[in-house]
Amino acid sequence: MSDVVEKTLTALPGLFESQTGAAKITNRLRQLIKSITELTSKHEEENLIKRELSAIKEQVSSPNTTMKQMREIMVRAMYCEMLGYDASFTYIHAIKLAQQGGVLEKRVGYLAVSLFLNEGHELLLLLVNTVLKDLQSTNLIEVCMALTVVAQVFPKDMIPAVLPLVEDKLSHPKEIIRRKAVLALYKFYLIAPNQVQHIHAKFCKALSDKDPGVMASSLHIYLQLIRESPDSYKDLTGSFVTILKQVLGGKLPVDFNYHSVPAPWLQIQLLRILSLLGKEDQSTSELMYEVLDESLRRAEMNHNITYAILYECVKAVYTIHPKAELLEKAARCIGNFVLSPKINLKYLGLKALTYVVQHDAKLALQHQMTIIECLDHSDFTIKRETLELLFRITNAQNVTVIVEKMLDFLRSCNDEHTIIHLIGKVAELAEKFAPDNSWFIQTMNDVFSIGGDLLQQDVPNNFLRLLAEGSESKEEDDQLRLYAVESYLTVLKGHTSHLPQCFLQVMSWVLGEYAHLQESVDRREVIRLLTQLLDQRSVSSETRVWILSALTKIPEGQTDLILDLAESLSSSQDTVLRQQAQELRHLSQDSQLREWVLPRGAPWDGIEVDSSLSFLDGFVSEALAAGAAPYKPPHQRQEELCEDRALNLEPYSFSLPVSLSSCSITDRQSPTLLSVSSGLSGNSAELSQKAGSSTLILEGVKRVWGKDGYLPQKEATAPPVDEPSAAVQPASQQEAAERIEPRPEPSTQNQDKQQLASSLFVGLGVGSSVSLLGKSEAPPPRFRKKPRPHESSSSSGTSKRSSDSSSHSSRNTTDSFLYGSFPEEEPATSISTFDHTPKSTTANGLSQNKDTKEDRHANTSQILGGDMVIVRPSTIQDKHPPSVSSDLTALLPADLKDLPHSDVISLTSDPSLSLSSCRLFRDEALLLVIFISNCTETVIKDVAVQLTCEELKTASLRGNVMDCLEARSTSVCHYALLMDDPHTNVSLTGTVSYQTQPGHTNTLPFSGTLSTADFIRPLVVTTEEYGKLWLSLSHDVKQNLKLLTDAGDPLRTTLNALKDALQLHVVDIIGSEGIVACRLLSGAPCLLHCRVNGAALAMWLRSPHPALPDFILYHCQRALAHH
Amino acid sequence: MIKAILIFNNHGKPRMSKFYEHYTEDTEQQIIRETFHLVSKRDENVCNFLEGGLLIGGSENKLIYRHYATLYFVFCVDSSESELGILDLIQVFVETLDKCFENVCELDLIFHLDKVHNILAEMVMGGMVLETNMSEIITQVEAQGKMEKSETLTLLFICQSMRQSQASRFSSKIS
Repeated sequence: MSDVVEKTLTALPGLFESQTGAAKITNRLRQLIKSITELTSKHEEENLIKRELSAIKEQVSSPNTTMKQMREIMVRAMYCEMLGYDASFTYIHAIKLAQQGGVLEKRVGYLAVSLFLNEGHELLLLLVNTVLKDLQSTNLIEVCMALTVVAQVFPKDMIPAVLPLVEDKLSHPKEIIRRKAVLALYKFYLIAPNQVQHIHAKFCKALSDKDPGVMASSLHIYLQLIRESPDSYKDLTGSFVTILKQVLGGKLPVDFNYHSVPAPWLQIQLLRILSLLGKEDQSTSELMYEVLDESLRRAEMNHNITYAILYECVKAVYTIHPKAELLEKAARCIGNFVLSPKINLKYLGLKALTYVVQHDAKLALQHQMTIIECLDHSDFTIKRETLELLFRITNAQNVTVIVEKMLDFLRSCNDEHTIIHLIGKVAELAEKFAPDNSWFIQTMNDVFSIGGDLLQQDVPNNFLRLLAEGSESKEEDDQLRLYAVESYLTVLKGHTSHLPQCFLQVMSWVLGEYAHLQESVDRREVIRLLTQLLDQRSVSSETRVWILSALTKIPEGQTDLILDLAESLSSSQDTVLRQQAQELRHLSQDSQLREWVLPRGAPWDGIEVDSSLSFLDGFVSEALAAGAAPYKPPHQRQEELCEDRALNLEPYSFSLPVSLSSCSITDRQSPTLLSVSSGLSGNSAELSQKAGSSTLILEGVKRVWGKDGYLPQKEATAPPVDEPSAAVQPASQQEAAERIEPRPEPSTQNQDKQQLASSLFVGLGVGSSVSLLGKSEAPPPRFRKKPRPHESSSSSGTSKRSSDSSSHSSRNTTDSFLYGSFPEEEPATSISTFDHTPKSTTANGLSQNKDTKEDRHANTSQILGGDMVIVRPSTIQDKHPPSVSSDLTALLPADLKDLPHSDVISLTSDPSLSLSSCRLFRDEALLLVIFISNCTETVIKDVAVQLTCEELKTASLRGNVMDCLEARSTSVCHYALLMDDPHTNVSLTGTVSYQTQPGHTNTLPFSGTLSTADFIRPLVVTTEEYGKLWLSLSHDVKQNLKLLTDAGDPLRTTLNALKDALQLHVVDIIGSEGIVACRLLSGAPCLLHCRVNGAALAMWLRSPHPALPDFILYHCQRALAHH
Repeated sequence: MIKAILIFNNHGKPRMSKFYEHYTEDTEQQIIRETFHLVSKRDENVCNFLEGGLLIGGSENKLIYRHYATLYFVFCVDSSESELGILDLIQVFVETLDKCFENVCELDLIFHLDKVHNILAEMVMGGMVLETNMSEIITQVEAQGKMEKSETLTLLFICQSMRQSQASRFSSKIS
């Protein structure tokens, strides 16, 4: 009874004259806030809150505290938490309040729970029963509260408990409940899509709900579903169009109007859904032209929200299948946006332009003056957006001006996020469009010094690869390197203490590799400059390692300096440095040894690396027998080395506490890398690579750099401006730059802008088509990469390519093995390429095979049987147009009918026989089915098929010999093909012999090509298994691939495209990373780790098979290029 | 999706914060500080959108904010939200607050933190926009308000009866 009294008292403090304890508490919040606002220092606030929290602690644990007081206390605790103080002791009381209180207390309790607890909090379990009870309550408000808290904090594993009740609420008579239930289910879908799969039909009901509010909230779900798989919801297009029409027509209650615009947010949602549905789909797009047109027309009122609708509309028009009339209107809208004096609209206009400029370059041209103005705008956001736009329209002609603008902006910018984002783009542009060496080096210097250690690791890596790998002409390469050396020497002579570590590393590597090119500079000077760096305190120990490696490489003659240095370092605390100093000492004393270990100017291509280190096998087994620790694969070591500077790119590894010194210990453990003395007995190239590997993350020979994918590899029409003056002084370069850059003169400011405009928008002229945008053909890109046939899919003539590759016939075998040039249209040449294919790159093949077998054993159970889709790898090359009707597949034996298969294509024919084939994809083999049709009216006798293929194991299963083939009938024979070692394409040849008349044998040859893609099967593993497998695999390849950015989620789209093309299994997608697994038939697995890296997809492949990743990469590239 | 809604004053003091994604306590505070830092140095005549900020910014997210007298209202959203749409949603939110508190001022937000949260819960649920119609939001909030009053009334009733019994008890004690 006294409890009730107490409650009453607190509720109505005014009723009583006397100040009860409860009334005092009511004022506590007021006091708390008052005293906080009076405070001046952070320290005082801390003390105050601490006092407050201890008071709260006392009150909550006191048995006399009533529910009403508790409510008050909760609000105070919420306030403290908001200020960032820990009030975790109140959490349990918040739950209690939600459990036991009346409606008002419940509300505060639930509110506190949703503010305090996150999805992973263990106390949430205590809430389940309360939520269940409230979901079944007759009180609407309680149900609403329960639904809200469910949508806010419930984790995956607690969903099944409440799911049936929430589902029931979809048919609740009250619309607010239905609406909240829909959103709660949407949230469930986001965190656990599998659990709500069965209620998709109910979503459909919600979409057709009579209450527009419920319908509107169901659009959230549909937007998400359609984003994930637009194809499954095409049939709903009509409904969405109708809804939008009704909304536009004002059919909704007036309540839904906002500033007399009917349901604007609903319109925005619908427009987004439509653009997803209409993307790359003409027939669906046609359904929506009318309503989009109407939308554009209606949204003419001058209010903020109508512009929001217009913007979505414009985006939709440019996303769906184009229609000229609409595009024109949309372009006009964009014009209005860009020209608007309202800054928000200008921003959206720029965004729209950035989006649209890929489709229509001329639009940017129309607004060039506005864009120039935006470039000087005082608003940071606008400037940034403008640069983004400029980035999209960069070509070889305007690159210097645009990069200059970007660098100017970056120099004045201090937002880390923006710097990281933009500096990568500058590097990309510089690499792609650099007009000459000096500009390129200067720009990269700026990139390194501005971006500093914020840079993504691939920027310096790509740069060094570019220098190291070079282009086609050695002279040009040397000029570039020479220029780099000179420029770095100049930089090092100045103040070096402020330079970022990453820049120092790049400089020391380049000086180490290429200082010898510059004959006029004294070696001692170079050594002195580098040694100077070692003395600086600001230089990190990792950079020191880079510098020391550089010093090791700088050639002979300066023994005294080097010995001094080695001496001084040999007492260093850092074991890695000490080891390096030892190496340095040894090498400098023995010039012969050095010559052997570090051959100067050795062409990168010439380095042959026995990546299996087979020559050390004996040593290894001896060491193992003697109890040495087993070998650690190189990636693990590299990881440990770069751990403290780079982002950890590998989400699956165990996080080891790693530092440089610990790495040196692991090095010791690995018998293959026992430092110079032991390694010297081996392959010199291997050692020189090792010297690099402690510093560089360039992996030997397989360097495929660049974010290209769409740089056309053209034969140089005119070699880029070739200055013999590559050794120009930087000053003259600046002059050159200044010539391009208009000088600001206040009197002729406008003229200036005109000039700037002409330099910015050069190359975007009228009549210039899309191809001019960054894909310019006019002057060839400066830094053309070595021809890589696998890039050939991008474009360009085959004939040119083959001449290219023949001129490079000296390329090492590994390379041609990996990327052997396969002119697309000529299967004949592909055969010849295989002639010099090494049979196996592994010398320790035994252990390899064992691995594979184990893997096979471990994974067979996980192979998914029947869910393979029909894929049609486009690689069967066919000299005869496919004229065979596909009903031949009906002839397939019953046991094979269910297998996924390719189209039937014609192989060959003559007047009496015609042969066609079809590939069937079985888990453990590729079945090749050959249909032999008798085209004559007579019986053909003694038909025998013979199939040969060097690269594959073939086994005839049945039907390759027939006594007779009836007139007008078709017989089937099949072969099982097994691929043990991957090959890019393999050619099949075969003959059919037959007798039309007794004793008269005819033969009919046929041939065809198969691609590795035919032999790839999905590997179904869980994320955990993937993680384990990942660590156990040794051969890895990294490469940046093109990202398909045309859809909502580029990663998902790209992975789906790959999955469709190659039968990969997408294991998981987490944020911007995705993991994918596949295997070669039922043999070697290959794991792919993909990460979105700017506009590219950084792919990292691993497999026990040394060559498999390269082939899969090759096919991925092709699949994306064809997409 | 909306990732977070922050309200702070011109001095960076948080007045309300609601996160729809889980961050640790420290990160939340850092986000508030960083956001304030980013937003407060912007002039009045620049646009209301802001990309950047390492914590909550990322490449996907952006900040959309409005500045009213002494308060900043900041919504952090991902790319699936319409910029101008959110900008007007902030307007709706503020107008609703204004209606519910009758001339809302900074102090109202401080003293009625729970009520502000309740209003917000009617607009945004789990990061998704639930309701954009101001009158509907007010109806819902008022329905809860009425409940509050009715509870007070029953209390009043109980209280009166209690008072009598109490009085009688007191009298018995005295006697």
